[in-house]
Amino acid sequence: MDFLTAHGADLLFYLFAALALAGAIGVVTMRSPMYGAISLLLTFLAVAALFLLRGAEFLGIVQIFVYGGGIMVLFLFVIMLVNLHRLPEIKLFGGTSPLAGVLAVLLLAFFGYFFFQTHFGPGLRQPQNFLTAQGQTLGNSEAVAWGLYTQQLLPFEIASVFLLIAMIGAVVLGRKQ
Amino acid sequence: MRELLWVIPVLPFLGALLNGFVLRHRVGKRTVAWIACGVVGLAAVLGLLVIADFLGSPEHAANKPFEQDLYAWVPAGPLATVHDGVKSFTVDMGFLLDPLSAVMLFVVTFVGFWIHVYSVGYMAHEEGFQRFFTYLNLFMGAMLLLVLGNNYLVMFVGWEGVGLCSYLLIGFYYKEEFPPYAGRKAFITNRVGDFGFVLGLFALVATFGSLKYTEIFPRIAANPSVLTGPGHFGLTLAGFIAVCLFIGAMGKSAQIPLYVWLPDAMAGPTPVSALIHAATMVTAGVYMVVRSNVIYQLAPSIGMFVAVIGALTAIFAATIGLAQNDIKKVLAYSTVSQLGYMFLAAGLGAYGAAIFHLMTHAFFKALLFLGSGSVIHAMGGEQDMRKMGGLKKHLPATYRTFVIGSMAIAGVPGLAGFFSKDEILHAAAAGGHWTLYTIGLITALLTAFYMFRAVNLTFHGEFRGTHEQEHHLHESPPSMTVPLWVLAVGAVGAGFVGLPVEKWNVFHHFLQPVVYTVAGHTTEGHEASIVFNVILIVVAVAIALVGIGLAMRLYGGARGLAADEAWERRLPAVRLLFANKYYVDELYDATVIRGTWGLARALFRFDAGFIDGVLVHGARNLTLISSMISGFFDKYVVDGLVNLIATILDAFSRLFRRLQTGYVGNYALVLAAGMFALVAIYMLLNRG
Amino acid sequence: MTFAVTTTHYLVLSFLLFTIGVFGIAARKNMITVLMSIELVLNSVNLNLIAFSYQLSDLTGQIFAVFTITVAAGEAAVGLGILISLFRLRETTTLDRAAELKG
Repeated sequence: MDFLTAHGADLLFYLFAALALAGAIGVVTMRSPMYGAISLLLTFLAVAALFLLRGAEFLGIVQIFVYGGGIMVLFLFVIMLVNLHRLPEIKLFGGTSPLAGVLAVLLLAFFGYFFFQTHFGPGLRQPQNFLTAQGQTLGNSEAVAWGLYTQQLLPFEIASVFLLIAMIGAVVLGRKQ
Repeated sequence: MRELLWVIPVLPFLGALLNGFVLRHRVGKRTVAWIACGVVGLAAVLGLLVIADFLGSPEHAANKPFEQDLYAWVPAGPLATVHDGVKSFTVDMGFLLDPLSAVMLFVVTFVGFWIHVYSVGYMAHEEGFQRFFTYLNLFMGAMLLLVLGNNYLVMFVGWEGVGLCSYLLIGFYYKEEFPPYAGRKAFITNRVGDFGFVLGLFALVATFGSLKYTEIFPRIAANPSVLTGPGHFGLTLAGFIAVCLFIGAMGKSAQIPLYVWLPDAMAGPTPVSALIHAATMVTAGVYMVVRSNVIYQLAPSIGMFVAVIGALTAIFAATIGLAQNDIKKVLAYSTVSQLGYMFLAAGLGAYGAAIFHLMTHAFFKALLFLGSGSVIHAMGGEQDMRKMGGLKKHLPATYRTFVIGSMAIAGVPGLAGFFSKDEILHAAAAGGHWTLYTIGLITALLTAFYMFRAVNLTFHGEFRGTHEQEHHLHESPPSMTVPLWVLAVGAVGAGFVGLPVEKWNVFHHFLQPVVYTVAGHTTEGHEASIVFNVILIVVAVAIALVGIGLAMRLYGGARGLAADEAWERRLPAVRLLFANKYYVDELYDATVIRGTWGLARALFRFDAGFIDGVLVHGARNLTLISSMISGFFDKYVVDGLVNLIATILDAFSRLFRRLQTGYVGNYALVLAAGMFALVAIYMLLNRG
Repeated sequence: MTFAVTTTHYLVLSFLLFTIGVFGIAARKNMITVLMSIELVLNSVNLNLIAFSYQLSDLTGQIFAVFTITVAAGEAAVGLGILISLFRLRETTTLDRAAELKG
């Protein structure tokens, strides 16, 4: 019980990390894109949980809303629109997959080595940062919102323009000629 | 007036320019004739005016010449050694007028003018009328340069110029075979002489640093030691120069051994023979020797050599003339012979006598040639005396003038030849050169003889030609007969300027300033007793009359060719020897000509065989081979290199093209790989 | 590497997800799968951002992650639009037949 109390967060991390990895591998290896989409959803949810574990509550929820509720739905719609009659062909991977595998292994080896060399100290020394807005401790959402609308206003506006453009683009692309 | 001296030679050149270039083929014969005769006539008149002015001038009074330098023609630059203050060698285009050049000027322009007039009639029906007068004017210009020049180089220009015109005019009938050959013979033989002449010029420049008469002669006269030092070939410097210059005279004035061109030169039209080969060009050598008298005075052995050559030539040519059948050939050999007389005089130092004979000879020889031209014209081109005879009926004026000329040359007293020839013989006798005197005397006999042989065969007796020729016989037009009479007057009167008595010898006095008094040497003018002179005159006259008498006896009346035929029967060898000119031409042909041809052929073979064959072809092959190698190199190495590079590039591009698969996946992969590599490098570099 | 979770763990995880995502982009023939792999990669980036934001107690990381998500959404929309156009053109969604840029 003490173990659980002491390392509960760690265990949760490992759990959600495993789920995320499983989902990722599922995306990449599933033959049917439908199944792949579901795996991706799993990954999204796991990642959202990981966000929560790291004090990013607003972001975690946003992750679920946007990714899970928005992007995933979009994907599923398109999958159903496109892939109704055709199941994927015999070959799953393209011609470059050996090379890609090699690269992946190389990457893992190299960066893995570096990662295990680095040692970080304890994190979140000042948890108030995450929760403070306007000098008051209001919550993470408020804090993020405050930061977004004051400090990072310009990127925010640009992002909104970007969304507009993307929307127009998507509409144009999706039109029936 | 005398400043217009330079105009005199220019005038005939102008005529040649007009007739030869500007108005070529554009004007009629009348205009051509007017231009050609006009310029010479003007030159003659101007010449007389200039001479007259000169005679009254202070220069003449001081026995100095009138000199006129037009411009520095050859500013050749500094000399290696300085001669009497002359530091650089410059030749000016300049003219000189002194008694000698005055006499020459008068003779050349006067006789030349009348010959031009005669030619208008003589050449009236010939093609090439304009060309003829162009050449004739050109000749006059060159001859005037020769006699009026104030330095040896201008003289040489004229010397060569008259040689050229001689070639052009001898070969005038170029469409026939012989005239061009004769022209070449004349020019080449002349050239042999010119070789010596030029050597003489070189020696003069080396010694004096100048070629101007007034810079050379006074220096020699004042300081004869400048030429008495050793020269070359064992001669003194004076001797060397003298003999070199005389070699040129041998060629130009047809002395032994270079006389062979003159008889063949008769192939040219008769006026040419009259002007060039009798009166003017051939006398250039005599003029040159007299002009250079100061040098000859310092080389008495060469003077003697000149005199001997002259005498030998005189008698040699006279013997040949005895046996000639062509009327012009007789006159040609006669000219050679008379030239010999002139050199005999010049060689002995009797310079005045030489020029005197030159002048009188110009008159009567020109007259004789023009007369023969008249005869040939009447005979329709026939020149062989064996086909003539009895022409005095048909050609009265020609006959009379011809006889006057023959008498003059024979030395009949009172006519020009008598005075001049007598002076020459007198010079020989008074100097004690009895051998030379005898030779001269015999030659005089022969001269009288062959001339009157010619007169008889041509004009007396019965006509021996064909009927067509007989019908054709007519006297020549006035354009031809008037000059004959004018020259006849000269042949008669020209002698009176040189009377044998010293104090009446105007000519002699006139020419006195020309003969330099060399310090320490005595000049000509051996005073002999009156008796001596009278005896000489009597002997000369006797000889002349004997000669004429013999000729009349053997050839006169109706005898015709009987004497010649008798001679052939009795002494055929002698006659053949004379008639065939002692076979000298054949000798030259066998030795010199063939030798030169042989050498030329050998050299040609060398050139064609070795130079062309080996060297040129070798060069060609070498070039071919090297270009082949070069080609191979270019094709295989260079191009190969280029192709290799292209192939490598192609291989690389084929390799790299594989990157452009079009697969997004590939692109993503490569992207990732690149990114990974960059990050890895960064991290590795910044490990520390 | 300890059992206790530190930022390193998050980094490793994020890196693993990233590698898997890159592999998916590179290796898969089905375009939809490729697009999903792209989303995966973006997610790994977000994870990395959050981890460091936690480590440094700096909110900027989270705010940046907001933008990442925004961009990912827009990109997914457009990407799917392209996919639909491609599908209309070629009647297939496999990438090995879409090699227009070959060579």
